[in-house]
Amino acid sequence: MSGNKQELAKLQWEDPLLLDDLLTDDERMIRDTARGYAQDKLLPRVIEAYREEKTDRAIFNEMGELGLLGVTLPEDYGGAGASYVAYGLVAREVERVDSGYRSMMSVQSSLVMYPIYAYGSEEQRRKYLPKLASGEFVGCFGLTEPDAGSDPAGMKTRAVKTDGGYRISGSKTWISNSPIADVFVVWAKSEAHDNQIRGFVLDKGMKGLSAPKIGGKLSLRASITGEIVMDNVEVGEDALLPNVQGLKGPFGCLNRARYGISWGSLGAAEDCWHRARQYTLDRKQFDRPLAATQLVQKKLADMMTEITLGLHASLRVGRLFDEGRVAPEMISLVKRNNCGKALEIARVARDMHGGNGIQEEYHVMRHAQNLETVNTYEGTHDVHALILGRAQTGLQAFF
Amino acid sequence: MKLLVCVKRVVDYNVKIRVKPDGSGVELANIKMSMNPFDEIAVEEAVRLKEQGKATEIVAVSIGPQQAGETIRTALAMGADRGILVKTDATVEPLAVAKILAKVVEQEKPDLIILGKQAIDDDSNQTGQMLAALLGWPQGTFAFKVAMGEGSIDVTREVDGGLQTVGLKLPAIVTTDLRLNEPRYASLPNIMKAKKKPLDETSPETLGVDVAPRLKVVKTVEPGGRKAGVKVGSVAELVSKLKVEAGVL
Repeated sequence: MSGNKQELAKLQWEDPLLLDDLLTDDERMIRDTARGYAQDKLLPRVIEAYREEKTDRAIFNEMGELGLLGVTLPEDYGGAGASYVAYGLVAREVERVDSGYRSMMSVQSSLVMYPIYAYGSEEQRRKYLPKLASGEFVGCFGLTEPDAGSDPAGMKTRAVKTDGGYRISGSKTWISNSPIADVFVVWAKSEAHDNQIRGFVLDKGMKGLSAPKIGGKLSLRASITGEIVMDNVEVGEDALLPNVQGLKGPFGCLNRARYGISWGSLGAAEDCWHRARQYTLDRKQFDRPLAATQLVQKKLADMMTEITLGLHASLRVGRLFDEGRVAPEMISLVKRNNCGKALEIARVARDMHGGNGIQEEYHVMRHAQNLETVNTYEGTHDVHALILGRAQTGLQAFF
Repeated sequence: MKLLVCVKRVVDYNVKIRVKPDGSGVELANIKMSMNPFDEIAVEEAVRLKEQGKATEIVAVSIGPQQAGETIRTALAMGADRGILVKTDATVEPLAVAKILAKVVEQEKPDLIILGKQAIDDDSNQTGQMLAALLGWPQGTFAFKVAMGEGSIDVTREVDGGLQTVGLKLPAIVTTDLRLNEPRYASLPNIMKAKKKPLDETSPETLGVDVAPRLKVVKTVEPGGRKAGVKVGSVAELVSKLKVEAGVL
């Protein structure tokens, strides 16, 4: 083929490098289902949910009915058996509406269902996974503690061996879903296992287990967050996740969630970009649309560029995930880059909306506030930088 | 009882259509395509009939390029049992579509055919009616509600003056209107299972149908922009304009 004679294509501004072409039939269909659900059922209620700080428990059932929980797990356990790329596409569509809704979903899928599937016994899988997949159960994941955030190895939660099992004490904080959770995956140092970090699955209602809500959040207000307080909670041997020990347990879960966040954050960024574009096309000052000015066009060009590059990077990581070739540092790269860029895009989009941008019905400030959390949780922007720094120098600079 | 549903791959309803510079048609390259919304309603109605135990098998058929197979997959993910793709890269006009469908009906012998009342790309609204004529079957078009009986079906239709119910003897043809139902989203497990459902391929040539166009597109143009209105100074001026210029009084 001669390059000279080739006809030039028309650019699709919303998908400049044709990401759509790189998806399979079923990935596109899954994307369409997630988009349809998010736009038709989630978008109409997000403004009130955010303003009133209300989490709608029914969202788990609705997502469960469509198979949006545990997308990558096998059908046998209630999953869809779909690809990691499909999981990313779902995160992107849900977060296009709100990062809180995506958080509810990714905690359930990656931080609760995944460890039970990957590290649990067959009995634990059968007991929890189908009900978590349908949304009958809500799950949460307890790793972070008041004095152990970026340094999870410094956790204080302890499991002490008893006759029939373990007695767990400690407290976890910043736990998505915890006040409404039925299932708690918590990580504790176990004396009986040389003080290694082990995972335990706790059920709501156990004596000594409580999960008070954390109020006063100015971000992710549509998604409930709480603590997990364990005051000598007695559990049986069957509560222990038998097949993993050490930090690689929680990190295996976080790798999956962080990968999903790399897609999700860009869904929120795309919403901000599209809204900023439309707003500046419609808004006329000095007798012409704001979009006819160079300052605005430069901002839109930056948004288009960063979002497009970030999405293609996440797609690549997703494909490597599906091929079993992913390295955790790849996930750090896209999580860090995409969250940081999404936050910047949301702030600029808020700015481009002028005074209107602070109002809830324009959505952009809500995204910007949410992305402050998304940029921080599951490894802060800076901590992922340290991971990437260590990866290329061989020198750790965490402490 | 066997149902045949017909699904067309069209430009997604959210896409802003652009006319090609030479006026020969609209831009289709790199455009998001999806199932004609009226056909989604047809699939949904078929799936509901099956869920109610009133149908045993749903066959989804599409006519178009290889990618129309994806539209059939969507129907399979919603609940159809198997698919037939009549593959052609040519433009297929409503009469040719009806002829192809008549051949498929000959092979499949369905008891009921459900189609969208029209496709949102060319808005022809002809295929269902032409197919009824070719087969000599009764038709209930613009269905608002359907009620399955024994060997018959009652179709409530949206007509200008309100609703009209017609009773049809099976086999029959129903074309769907917007308010018949609200189509479901295909769930993720069903999307994955749809990959295992059978999808057969055939072609207009194999079926012995000549799809050569009978119509000639003379010109395609963008809709004209809306012109600014005028302000009238008085009621008398308004009445005079309505009488003289608009000719409606």
